[in-house]
Amino acid sequence: MKAASKALKRPWSLASVSGAIRLESVLVLVLLVVALSFASPYFLSVSNALNILLATSVIGILGFASTFVIAAAGIDLSVGSVLGFGGVVGALAVNALGLPWPIGIAASLAGGALCGVVNGLLTARAGIPAFIVTLGMLGVARGAALVLTNGQPVYGLPDPMVWLGQGRPFGVPVPAIIFILVAIVSHFILSRMRFGKYALVIGDNETAARATGIHVERHLIALYTLSGVLAGLAGLISAARVNSGDPTAGTGYELSAITAAILGGTNLFGGRASVVGALIGALIMGVLQNGLNLLAVSSFYQQMAIGAVLVLAVWLDQINRGRRRA
Amino acid sequence: MSLLELQNVKKNFGAVEALRGVSFSVDAGEVVALLGDNGAGKSTLMKTITGIHRPSEGIIRFDGQELTEKDPGAIRALGIEMIYQDLALARQQDVASNIFLGREPTKRLLGLPVRMIDKARIDAEAEAMIKRLGARVPSVHYLVGDLSGGQQQSVAIARALTFSPKLVIMDEPTAALAVREVEHVLDLVRELKKQQIAVILISHRLTDVFAVCDRIIALRQGQVVADEAIAETSMNAVVAHIVGAG
Repeated sequence: MKAASKALKRPWSLASVSGAIRLESVLVLVLLVVALSFASPYFLSVSNALNILLATSVIGILGFASTFVIAAAGIDLSVGSVLGFGGVVGALAVNALGLPWPIGIAASLAGGALCGVVNGLLTARAGIPAFIVTLGMLGVARGAALVLTNGQPVYGLPDPMVWLGQGRPFGVPVPAIIFILVAIVSHFILSRMRFGKYALVIGDNETAARATGIHVERHLIALYTLSGVLAGLAGLISAARVNSGDPTAGTGYELSAITAAILGGTNLFGGRASVVGALIGALIMGVLQNGLNLLAVSSFYQQMAIGAVLVLAVWLDQINRGRRRA
Repeated sequence: MSLLELQNVKKNFGAVEALRGVSFSVDAGEVVALLGDNGAGKSTLMKTITGIHRPSEGIIRFDGQELTEKDPGAIRALGIEMIYQDLALARQQDVASNIFLGREPTKRLLGLPVRMIDKARIDAEAEAMIKRLGARVPSVHYLVGDLSGGQQQSVAIARALTFSPKLVIMDEPTAALAVREVEHVLDLVRELKKQQIAVILISHRLTDVFAVCDRIIALRQGQVVADEAIAETSMNAVVAHIVGAG
């Protein structure tokens, strides 16, 4: 009895401090950093840390998008394709249409928002399962990006747009700055504002959400739209980094995004989610990739390692929670 | 004038007529039992009052206002709270958050037009509410999913009573409780009555009904088959109404 109440205390106090971060993931990240610092003399440096942030920024932003949607017990499989679509739309706006760069940026975000609104409407209003809707969007958005560009990358963006991907004020890559800013804003929205709270409540108990007066449909549409906008932003950054809108950009990223969210302690079935957790989850993948690159390990092994880390973190978490229930 | 008044309320789900013209009224400070067998339409009726279902026909008035076109949030704001049989709690949220669900007080972030949930205030007020109810919930910071059934019931009750309701609807509030906890809920109903708050109690336990209610309304097949003062009826008569032998 005494042991049980003791075991009960820890996750609660942790939950109230940090939202829902998976402690195991923090541990994994720390262990990875320590181990890689010993294994490679190049790993532990400011410039390499910035490289990791740069490399993680796109997946990380998609991870935040997934965190919001999964918080409400939804899923967005289309973020990778919407990334490609958003990048292409922005590139075409400035390149083919010759519009000024602010419109190019807005076009990327609006392209993402459009995909998100459609996802939200079909999920919340038409009642089609999110898995199906966003799987459909995965195909439609990718196809649209390919159709719009004839399957060829759209080269050449104006300097201000390229700066978003390649700029380095004070040596810090702009995508890393955007990544951290989006993380901070997303964290506050999810953990401190009604918008995020209601997403969690919808994911936890949709009937309760409805009964207490939360507008569930409206909220779901907003969440999928947010996911789309973030995917569009990620598309803009991806395009800016390579100075072209590539219709195949972001292929398969949806799984990395979901992995980041889950690694961070987000409950795949909704109701519990953390942006800081997703940040840690994305960093685990980024650090692993970076470290293994420095150690000249083949990228094939990297995929295996990331898959194994995901399963391991969730397993440890379940062991912990199981002990709590017992 | 009555606090709550239903006139000929009908509700169809496709070809199924769940409610076939229900009319009754409840006064302030009155405790009314809503009785009926499974499938008689009790839950549908209550969900129609709280705005989860929209009536197909008929009028519902509360405190002088028409409810028919209002959503659940607006109806709660008028002062109707419901304690659902499944409690309608978010198990992964803490006690305080559940009590303030849908009504979180907010404050500005550094004077910006950004509204942040005022968690400190929620915790403090939830704490005070739990104390006032004498509920045995260990801490408002606990996740609801980690509490016992009785404690979860307390949270659901606390949520219904925190915002000065005028009418509280309780759907089987004692079904899952131990004897001592049942007494606690019944005391609570008496206390509400004292404060001129109306209560609609849905219960299968007739002893509870006869202990606290002023009046019984029996539903059968979506219609009111009895509307009698407790003083003028008996358990046998009530059972007969419910099963349709009367």
